[in-house]
Amino acid sequence: MQQEQCPMGDYKKVGGQCGDCSTCGKCDRALKRGERPAEKVKKVEPIMEQDNSTKLYTFLIYSENIAGLLSQISAVFTRRQVNIETLNVCASSTPGVHKYTITSFCDEEMAIMLTKQMEKKIDVLRANYYTDDQIFINETCLLKISSPIMLANSQVCSIVRQYSARIVEVNPTYATIEKTGITSDILALFNALNTIPECVLQFVRSGRIAITKSKVEHLDRYLAEREVRRKEERR
Amino acid sequence: MAEKITGAEALMRALEHEGVNTLFGYPGGAIMPTYDALYDHKKTLNHVLVRHEQGAVHAAQGYARVSGKVGCAIVTSGPGATNTITGVADAMIDSTPIVVICGQVGVAMLGTDAFQEVDVVGVTQPVTKWSYQIRRPEDVAWAVSRAFYIARNGRPGPVVLDFAKNAQTGMVEFEPANVDFIRSYDPYPRINKEAIEKAARMINNSVKPFALLGQGVELGNACDEVRAFLEKAQIPFGTTFLGLSDMPSDHPLNMGILGMHGNLGPNVMTNQCDLLIAIGMRFDDRVTGNLATYAKQAKIIHFDIDESEFNKNVKIDVAVHGDCKESIPEITALVDEAKHDSWISGFKPYAEKEYNKVINKAINPTEGPLLMGEVVSRVTEATGNKAIMVTDVGQNQLFACRYFKFSQPRSVVTSGGMGTMGFGLPAGIGAAFGAPDRTVCVFCGDGGLQMTIQELGTIMEQGAPVKIILMNNNFLGNVRQWQEMFFHHRYSFTPMDNPDYELIAKGYRIPSKTVVDRADLAAGIQEMLATPGPFLLQCAIKEEDNVFPMTPPGANVDEMLLG
Ligand SMILES: Cc1ncc(C[n+]2csc(CCOP(=O)(O)OP(=O)(O)O)c2C)c(N)n1
Repeated sequence: MQQEQCPMGDYKKVGGQCGDCSTCGKCDRALKRGERPAEKVKKVEPIMEQDNSTKLYTFLIYSENIAGLLSQISAVFTRRQVNIETLNVCASSTPGVHKYTITSFCDEEMAIMLTKQMEKKIDVLRANYYTDDQIFINETCLLKISSPIMLANSQVCSIVRQYSARIVEVNPTYATIEKTGITSDILALFNALNTIPECVLQFVRSGRIAITKSKVEHLDRYLAEREVRRKEERR
Repeated sequence: MAEKITGAEALMRALEHEGVNTLFGYPGGAIMPTYDALYDHKKTLNHVLVRHEQGAVHAAQGYARVSGKVGCAIVTSGPGATNTITGVADAMIDSTPIVVICGQVGVAMLGTDAFQEVDVVGVTQPVTKWSYQIRRPEDVAWAVSRAFYIARNGRPGPVVLDFAKNAQTGMVEFEPANVDFIRSYDPYPRINKEAIEKAARMINNSVKPFALLGQGVELGNACDEVRAFLEKAQIPFGTTFLGLSDMPSDHPLNMGILGMHGNLGPNVMTNQCDLLIAIGMRFDDRVTGNLATYAKQAKIIHFDIDESEFNKNVKIDVAVHGDCKESIPEITALVDEAKHDSWISGFKPYAEKEYNKVINKAINPTEGPLLMGEVVSRVTEATGNKAIMVTDVGQNQLFACRYFKFSQPRSVVTSGGMGTMGFGLPAGIGAAFGAPDRTVCVFCGDGGLQMTIQELGTIMEQGAPVKIILMNNNFLGNVRQWQEMFFHHRYSFTPMDNPDYELIAKGYRIPSKTVVDRADLAAGIQEMLATPGPFLLQCAIKEEDNVFPMTPPGANVDEMLLG
C-alpha cells in the first residue's frame, strides 16, 4: 500500500506515526495481530503544574439551613482537586441562613468555577470569593502549654507578651493561652513557643472568619430581589 | 377535622397531584407500606414492574425524554436504592427530569446499620440535583412538590426522595403542596439585555457564523424559536447526539453531527468559522476534542440556563444566561436577515467527501456481511424517519445516531454523558409508555443487551411495543475498535460467545427473527414493524467493523480519520 493512501494523509498526522489506525498496513500497529511492538519511551507529563497565579482565596457561602449541605459544598472542592485550608460554619446574622467561610489556594479561574458550582446546589443562596484586601479577617487559636516549663523558662512568658496573646487559665499542670489575629501572627506565636522543648501540649486554630469590606450587603440585596421575584411569580 | 391518612397514602395523592400517571418500580421491605397504598391507586397510577431497579430508572428516563414530563421510579431501601445509582447519575449528566423514591428504614433505626439501610442521601448527593430524606409524614406533600419542581424546572435533573418507613406508616392530614418558588434557586434567571445586544452585534458582523445545538434546545421547548432564529440569519448548525432531534435532519441549514464520531463538515468548520453560537450544549470533550486548538479563531457566544457551564471547558466571549425559549426570540428580533451562501456551501465538499469515503459504504454496501449503518438506515427509512430512536452504548449507538433521521423533536433517547451500557432496553420501555402513539426502535449490541436483558420480562408482561434491533457482532465492538486502533489489535476480553437470542426471545414470548443476508433485511424490518407489540430483530453484523469518521481521543476537532 502507498503511504499516501493512509487515511491519515487527509489531515494532519496524529500520534506521530503513520496512522493511529490499522487500515493502511504501513505502520507498526498493523505488524501482526495481537503482537505488542517495542515500547516507545513516553514523556511523563507532570500531573499538576505549579501555577504561580495560585492565591489564597476566601470563599463566603450562604445557604439555607438544610442538613447535608456541608458535604455537598466540600465535595465541590474535592472534585476540582482543591484543598480546603480552613473551614468555618455557623449561623449568620440572617435567621435561618448559614454562613460558610472557606479558604483555599487556587487561581482566579478556579475560584470562579468553584463559586458557580456551589451556587448550583439548590439550597445554596450565594457564593462569592475574595482576596485578602477585600475582607476583614480574623482567626483565633488556643495553646495548651506545660506549666512547669513555663515557670522554669522565662522566655515563655515573654513570647506570650510579645505576641499579645492572653493567658486564660493556669493550673499546676498546664496553662491555656489564647490569641486572636491574622494567621501569620498565630503561626509565628506557635513556632516561637514550639522552639522550647516540651512546652506546647496542644495547639488549635479556629480557621479563618471574615466579613466583607463592601458597603453593600450582597446577601440582603439578593434576598430582597428574590422576595420581589416571589411576589411577581405568584401574580 | 380533615381526614387522617398514612404518609404512604399521602405520597400517592401527592404524585397524582403532580400529574404522575406512570411509575416504574420494584417493591421490597422498606417500601411495602407505599406499595400497599399503591394497590388502591392502580387505576390512576399505572405501576410498571421492572425486573431490576436500574431498569426502573432508565425507563423513567426514556419516559421523560420523549414525553417532556417528569419520569418517576419507586424502589426499596438498601440494594434497591443502590441499584438505581447508575440511572440517577446518567440522568444527572444528561439533564433528565426524574424523581426516584426509595424506601428507607425507620428514623429510629437510621445510622444503626439496620437491615437494608444505606445512606441514600449521602450516596446520591453528588449525582442528583436534589436529594432529600422524608422523615415525617407531615413532610410528604412539601417534599414531593419540591422534588418535582426541582426536577422539571431550570436545567432539569434527577431528584431522589429517601422515604423513611415511619413516614410511610405515620398518619397525617394531607393537603397538597404547590412549591412554585425556592428562594435559593432561580431556575429561570432574567435575560441580560446587554448580553443579548452584544451577541446580536457579533452575529450581525459575522461572515462565517456556525451554531451548535444541544439537548437544551429541546429541554427548553425552544425548537421553533431556535429554528426561526437560525433561518432569519441563515446560520448553519451542527447538533450534539442529544440534540439530534432539535431540528429535522433534512433541514437545509443542518450540517450534521458534532464530535468524535460526528460528521466531517461541522467538525472541520468549527475551526474555520468566525463565530460559534452554542445553544444548550456544554462543550463536552467528546464534542470538542483537544481544547487547546478548539475554535481558537472564532468568537464564541454561549446560551445556557446553567451558569456553571460558562467558561467551564471553552473560554467564551459572551454568555447569555437563561432559558433559551426566552433569550432566543430576543436575539432573533435584533439580528439582521442575512445570507451566508458561500460560507454554507463550504460545508458541501466535506459532506461529499464523507459520503463517498464513508457514508455510502456504510449504508449501501453490496457485498460482505451486514453492516450496522445499513441496518439503521433501512429501519429509519421504513419508519418514514418518524420513529423514536433509542440506543444502547457502543458502536450500535454511534451508527444509530449517525444514520437514523429525525423529523420531530423528542425522538432521541441515548445515554450521552455517561455512556451507560444496558440503558437501551429499559429506556425503550419508558419511551413506549411516554409516547404510546409512536414507534420506538431500540438499537443495541450483544454486550449492552445482556446488561439489562431481564427487562424482556417487563416487555413481555406489559406487551410494550418496543422494536428491538440487536446488532450482533459477537464482540464488545466499540472497545474492540479502540483495541484495534490504539492497542495494537490486542483484543483483551472483547470477543464474546453469544447465546441463542431467538431462543431467549421465545422464552419471553416475544416474536423474533434473525437476519443474516442482506436480501432478507428489508423483509425482516417489515415484519418487525408490522407485528403488533414487541419484536426482536437480530442482525448478524460484520464482526470487525469500525465506526468512522473518528477524531481520536485528544486530537484536534478538525483532524477526523475517515477510515
Ligand atoms: C456499563 C458499562 N460498562 C462498560 C462500558 C464500556 N464500553 C463502551 S462500549 C462497549 C462495548 C459495547 O459492546 P456491544 O454492546 O456489543 O455493542 P457494540 O459496540 O458491539 O455495538 C463497552 C464495553 C460502558 N460504556 N458501560
